[in-house]
Amino acid sequence: FWTLEYYQAFFDVDTKQVLERIKASVTPIPGKNFVRHRLRNNPDLYGPFWICATLALALAVSGNLSQLSALRGHPERRYSPHFHHVTVAATLIYCYAGLVPLALWGFLCWRRGGPGGDSGGSFSLLETLCAYGYSLSAYVPAAVLWVVPVPWLQWVLLALPALLSASALAVTFWPPLRAGGRVSAVAVVATLVALHALLAVGCKVTPPKTHTRSWGGSGAAPAPPDASSPP
Amino acid sequence: FPGLADVSISQDIPVEGEITVPVGSHSPDEDYSTLDEPVKDTIMRDLKAVGKKFVHVMYPRKSSALLRDWDLWGPLVLCVSLALMLQGGSADSKDDGGPQFAEVFVIIWFGAVVITLNSKLLGGTISFFQSLCVLGYCVLPLTVAMLVCRLVLLAGAGTISFIIRLIVVVAMFGWSTLASTAFLADSQPPNRKALVVYPIFLFYFVISWMILTFTPQ
Repeated sequence: FWTLEYYQAFFDVDTKQVLERIKASVTPIPGKNFVRHRLRNNPDLYGPFWICATLALALAVSGNLSQLSALRGHPERRYSPHFHHVTVAATLIYCYAGLVPLALWGFLCWRRGGPGGDSGGSFSLLETLCAYGYSLSAYVPAAVLWVVPVPWLQWVLLALPALLSASALAVTFWPPLRAGGRVSAVAVVATLVALHALLAVGCKVTPPKTHTRSWGGSGAAPAPPDASSPP
Repeated sequence: FPGLADVSISQDIPVEGEITVPVGSHSPDEDYSTLDEPVKDTIMRDLKAVGKKFVHVMYPRKSSALLRDWDLWGPLVLCVSLALMLQGGSADSKDDGGPQFAEVFVIIWFGAVVITLNSKLLGGTISFFQSLCVLGYCVLPLTVAMLVCRLVLLAGAGTISFIIRLIVVVAMFGWSTLASTAFLADSQPPNRKALVVYPIFLFYFVISWMILTFTPQ
């Protein structure tokens, strides 16, 4: 368990495969299940890990950029990079990408009465992690484009990747969920979609913007519209 | 033995020769015993090795010297100087400041470790410390960029200085990435090269971003 070779099995992908998987995770075609068609018993951890890293970085960069562009009209305010927000954002993203698939997998196991084999189209933990990680890739270009300070564009950029990746996830997880009964399947899918949307909203309001409401989140000081500016 | 019947050995041929093994030009001991040399020699030798590696980074050729004799002195010096130069940036309150010294340090070393792990997991043939060594040494162009940025910022913080800083940082970022890719990409199977280069790109992008967004008080 502690050797390198054990983990090498999780990184057994080529460049082309990674690119294909990213494309497939943002195009929800009802027939093609992401796990069955793309992963084909070869789930990897490279994609999810580095996509989350890219997403955290993109959020940090766009937050800084939006702050800079907001400050451009007010030369007396000083730019402060809010470095600590970056760590908070990164932690949130990694937690989401790690814990939600874990919860989903646990739920699927519980429905079936225990972790079993591949009967009935159940997914392993790795495949769930993989599907979730790749679906986050839809948020990356949106995170970069959030810099543009046009409100309706920002909301469109928020809704589009959330919808795309959430529907891709729903298509992926529908078969195993359906085995547990239609009503519960609908409920679980609705929860998934809601969580995804929540992540998107969280990404949007995290970077503090000095010309809109600043982030009243956990503990970090909002950007000071400086009273100490020199006259 | 019939053929030897008529061989006679005279009793008084003297047997003589050397019993001792002839010594080579210098004994193998003297080569490796560096305990007796003056301290200046030791330090100069290490400094020369570090300097040679810096030259290799600035003119990246596919030589294996950088890979074979890895050392971490160069990366340490670069990391410390970069972290020191990133200090003093708009720290008006403790929360809103730029990266602290320890944060820069942790980012560089933790990032290098993660990239090394990544390349090893993808099936690379390079060893752990060799990869750390290469990644650390290739921070040199970005340290030079930081120095230039600080000097430019001494002259003023307007748009022109921003454009100059942008050009310098982008150029040095490209140089760092190319230099480290020249050393590291060869150790990967060909269909995974992009997978290994991308995290390196991200790593140097983070450092470049910290340099570019640095604003002094």
